[in-house]
Amino acid sequence: MHLFHKTNIDFLRWRWHAIILSWVVILAGIGIIATKGMKLGIEFAGGTAIVAEFDQTPSIDAVRQALNRNYPGGGEDAIVQNYGDPAQHRVMVRVPQVGGERGEDLSKVAKTVEDALRKGGLPPFMVANTEIVGPAVGEELTQKGLWAFFLSLAGILAYIAFRFQFSFAVGAVVATVHDILVTLAFLAFFGYDMTLNVIAAILTVTGYSTNDTIVIFDRVRENMRSHRRDSLYDVINIALNQTLGRTVITAGTALLSAIALFLFGGEVLHGFAFAMIVGIVTGTYSSIFVAAAIVTFWRRKQLRTSAAPAAVPSSAPSTSGTAQSKRSKQRKARAS
Amino acid sequence: MNKNLRWKVLLCVSVLILFGVVGVYPIVASMFHVPAPQAIMNKQLKLGLDLKGGVHLVLRVKTDTALRVETELEMQRVAEAARNAGISVGATTVTTEKQFRIEGVPSAQDGAFRQALASTSVDTNFDRAPGANGAYTFTMKPNVERSLREESVVQAQQTIERRVNELGVAEPSIARQGQNGDNIRVELPGLDDVNRAKNIIGSPGLLELKLVEQGPFPTQEAALQAYNNNLPPDLAIVPGTSDPANAGAAPGSTIYYVLRRIAPITGRDLRSARQSLDQNNQPAVSFTLSNDGARRFGTLTEQNIGRSLAIVLDNKVFSAPRIDGRITDNGQIFGSFTTQEAQDLALVLRSGALPAEMDYLREETIGPTLGADAIKSGVIASVVGLVLIVVFMLIYYKLSGVNAVVALLFNLIILIGLMAYIGAVMTLPGIAGFVLTMGIGVDSNVLIFERIKEELEAGRPVRASVNAGFSRVFLTLLDTHISAVIGALFLFQFGTGPIRGFAMTLFIGLASNLFTSTFVSKTMFELALGKRQQVTALSI
Repeated sequence: MHLFHKTNIDFLRWRWHAIILSWVVILAGIGIIATKGMKLGIEFAGGTAIVAEFDQTPSIDAVRQALNRNYPGGGEDAIVQNYGDPAQHRVMVRVPQVGGERGEDLSKVAKTVEDALRKGGLPPFMVANTEIVGPAVGEELTQKGLWAFFLSLAGILAYIAFRFQFSFAVGAVVATVHDILVTLAFLAFFGYDMTLNVIAAILTVTGYSTNDTIVIFDRVRENMRSHRRDSLYDVINIALNQTLGRTVITAGTALLSAIALFLFGGEVLHGFAFAMIVGIVTGTYSSIFVAAAIVTFWRRKQLRTSAAPAAVPSSAPSTSGTAQSKRSKQRKARAS
Repeated sequence: MNKNLRWKVLLCVSVLILFGVVGVYPIVASMFHVPAPQAIMNKQLKLGLDLKGGVHLVLRVKTDTALRVETELEMQRVAEAARNAGISVGATTVTTEKQFRIEGVPSAQDGAFRQALASTSVDTNFDRAPGANGAYTFTMKPNVERSLREESVVQAQQTIERRVNELGVAEPSIARQGQNGDNIRVELPGLDDVNRAKNIIGSPGLLELKLVEQGPFPTQEAALQAYNNNLPPDLAIVPGTSDPANAGAAPGSTIYYVLRRIAPITGRDLRSARQSLDQNNQPAVSFTLSNDGARRFGTLTEQNIGRSLAIVLDNKVFSAPRIDGRITDNGQIFGSFTTQEAQDLALVLRSGALPAEMDYLREETIGPTLGADAIKSGVIASVVGLVLIVVFMLIYYKLSGVNAVVALLFNLIILIGLMAYIGAVMTLPGIAGFVLTMGIGVDSNVLIFERIKEELEAGRPVRASVNAGFSRVFLTLLDTHISAVIGALFLFQFGTGPIRGFAMTLFIGLASNLFTSTFVSKTMFELALGKRQQVTALSI
């Protein structure tokens, strides 16, 4: 069976359109984040969240009113939402406050919220989950998260630069950053909280997207050897077409598993699965339209001429990494 | 079958059996109540707190408070040494947690003061700087400060470990974390009374027996006035709760004792502590002292018959009974305890005092129902994901799809087995990692199969196409897996509990995927093609 048989699509022709489309999405995302702000999960923002399991599900309004009446300062800052499977009658209430950091004080606010709900004329409930995060935790997590992000990008850049050429590494990293920004834009647009799980999903998307890009670049490298007379433009297009079937099928199977997670994985994994779905789609798109396009911008001079001067005699499966890196150094010297 | 291939098959089968026994068998055994050897069951894949339910706390050890205690002690030693040398100094103050100041050393006695200092350890631990009018500032040396901070965190962790072990929670996890290394993460699976856990873990547990100089007084001012508002430096005012025995104060109100600063007996002298009943049959805590402590306690009580001895816990007087005679090795702490509180206090005393104060940074209680739901939805998502992928691969790649599916199952078995073997903890994000490993894992098969198809179309014979497919793609696979591993490593470095579980799953999944998609899958192709001399078609 063939999904794509011997296609000959001029993908690079659309690189400008693709770049405009990407910028539109990213700028829209930045606009949303700038105006509405990115909603932070409790582990970053700090605060108190309790999940109450009711006998019958009360309306969100009723819960909010109970808070307005009985919670000191009212429930204006509170987030009230249904939680998980409707059959479980769970409601999550999250307030930005925490008690003091000494001893039992931390959970004072949780107790206040619980009492406010109990007095609010709601159906009987038990507290299924309490999460209280002091302000110091979020700061450290944010810092560590940013470090992890930049270090993993740097690591991937270094690896690709070592295995391929620098222009390829730039292409892969630009594509990856692109995917992260697009994923963030969609998360903001659909109002998902920024949680640790979502960060994990985004970092996974980073890995997935580079995977995709590497497969294509590998083929470009191979074609530079076998299609010496073709221009870089053609070499890249041929590689994109050759790998198209694989790119789409892999995206398909990855999507299948991410969708299964989204539909059946439960409340906690919702944001995670959503970020994965968006990330897989944009990761596939960027491998085809962004990563290679960046390489062509980087090496404009060779674009229409033969790719031969930059040809890579390596990438034969038997060559070892070190031998290859030596050659790639020589090659770079020649190219510059 | 040639010899080479036989070895490959043997390797595949033994890997399968090994990981199957370690990883999959215990899960099946516990699901269907099949007996299994204990050694295997002990290695079973552990569930994280988010799946099992329980209490999760993050505490910060306030190492500053440990430093302050040390600084205060040092200051008292210096003041005492000066007194013993007959030097009368002015005000002594602790200025910061690592600095204290002594004023008004008479210039005529400056030499004698310095000599007195030599009898203490102050010069090895503190830097001394002279100031105007006979003042001296002592600042803790940086290396001393560092090791004190480190020590206090280590001690706090050990104390918490002892307390948690006495709580009797199965498989607790206590670990240091945080940028300064001063955070302690405590995970108590199966426990749902977070307040009790916090009380036991975070209560300082500092027991001191101190002689009462005067009191009790109804207010702090009254206590001060008894000394004309000039309390001698070796005395301190300590609050307590009045009980019906104290005349002149309403029961339950706060009263104040003037106590000697130095405690002849502390919690370190305890041999054991347990919950007991007092003479009114109310819950109380009885303690016995170590041999050395008992000897000192005997002398102390003998010399002070008729005076009161305050039992001070965490700088609060619990009771101040009169010494009626020589007591040697045991005592009792009263208060209005419930039986549970008395038991918990005994536990805290047995496990020793915390070296520093603690702050709670984070706490989470996961109810058991929530955890059970999380497992259910995680398993459903995994099964649905797996079925979708299997169906797709079988339809798209036909018989070769079977090859891919077998490789995929192989991958999952290795993944579960390895995780169980290294004692990794399965969390909800870990399950997500599991599902994604399947989805992204078949990528390797897709890559290889697509390449085989290309080679076949180019008119190559089947066997050559298969070989070319695997060998040409191998470097690509290596590149993609290594770059993904780079990502997983940073994730592991950055993450806390559940996220680490995710990164771990991803990491192991990547490693086993490389093995199954190249080696196992290739072996199966060779098996299928091996017997025939001439293969003309491949179901792919």
